[in-house]
Amino acid sequence: MSNVSNESCGAPAGGVTITKDKASKEAVIEGQVTRDGSPVAKGYARLLGTGDEFVAEVPLGEDGGFRFFAAPGQWTLRVLAPGDIRLEQAVSADTGQVTRVDFLV
Amino acid sequence: MSRSDVLVDADYVEAHIGAPGTVIVEVDEDTSAYDKGHIPSAIKIDWKKDLQDPVRRDFVDRVGFEALLSERGISNDDTVVLYGGNNNWFAAYAYWYFKLYGHQNVLLLDGGRKKWELDSRELTTDVPIRDKTSYHASEQDATLRAKRDEVIDAIGKRNLVDVRSPDEFSGKLLAPAHLPQEQSQRGGHIPTAKNVPWSKAANEDGTFKSDSDLSTLYKDEAGVDFGKDTIAYCRIGERSAHTWFVLHEILGLPNVKNYDGSWTEYGSLVGVPIELGEGK
Repeated sequence: MSNVSNESCGAPAGGVTITKDKASKEAVIEGQVTRDGSPVAKGYARLLGTGDEFVAEVPLGEDGGFRFFAAPGQWTLRVLAPGDIRLEQAVSADTGQVTRVDFLV
Repeated sequence: MSRSDVLVDADYVEAHIGAPGTVIVEVDEDTSAYDKGHIPSAIKIDWKKDLQDPVRRDFVDRVGFEALLSERGISNDDTVVLYGGNNNWFAAYAYWYFKLYGHQNVLLLDGGRKKWELDSRELTTDVPIRDKTSYHASEQDATLRAKRDEVIDAIGKRNLVDVRSPDEFSGKLLAPAHLPQEQSQRGGHIPTAKNVPWSKAANEDGTFKSDSDLSTLYKDEAGVDFGKDTIAYCRIGERSAHTWFVLHEILGLPNVKNYDGSWTEYGSLVGVPIELGEGK
């Protein structure tokens, strides 16, 4: 999915690819943004903490996907896309779990 | 420096597409983003392959930077307009890097790639061909870059601004939340550092906040003393380049350095002081 290594501070499209050994240690939040069944590849997913505090952002992948390695706890996901699209969902993350949150535009 | 000297909007960039003497450059955290579509006439610089030494942890040297810009067709007199994704995170890093090697005319597209995309402006996959130049770089400007010994010496004397997220600052996380949690040996922050997450300087569309909002954020809310010299750091020096841009280029503070060794270096040093928790 991405050629950005883990040494990057960066936000590869869709987020960093996950591996099995990583999944057991991480609190992963991932999902996909679609419109009428098709992926929304242009847009951004933002992870917000308490009080809407910005934590991280990734551009959506070609498949409309995104992934965050969060800490356990409560988070808010916000999706921005062209045409003033702004969607939001609350999500709870746990270590060792991949929590999936999908968005329909 | 002030905002109008260093920031341009999308209309300015659209009017300068293909203009002689202007080179539009995309520098993105996702190095494949350019290939999927970029501002017409823009070239790409890869923050890692092009700007980092392939062996040592350091930047390419002056000769390497000269070779890079010559090969990409950038001359000393060109105005370089930088933009990138994620609030211009890596574009601001490249801006700092260009200044480090003495390039005079550098601008940043306010809002970067994100605002351009969200506004549905034109992107192309056409890659421009530029004639090679013979670029001459200056030696690195030591007034812009802090090294580790200087940082340790600055504890309690200068402003240290830690621009990572609160969870990285407190020691709860070792890396931003969209990346796997690994890297430095220890978590926490440099004692006396103020935590102002870099992203607070940007609006949701990626543009920079107003001068008065930025001044309030750093001076009034975080307690950064504008009368003192400042060193900004993050994890590997890129988010802190964004904050360096805000403090030095937009707000015009005179002595601001970026510590690019940042937490991956400091958090692995033997014997240096570390503070945990929310800060004091």
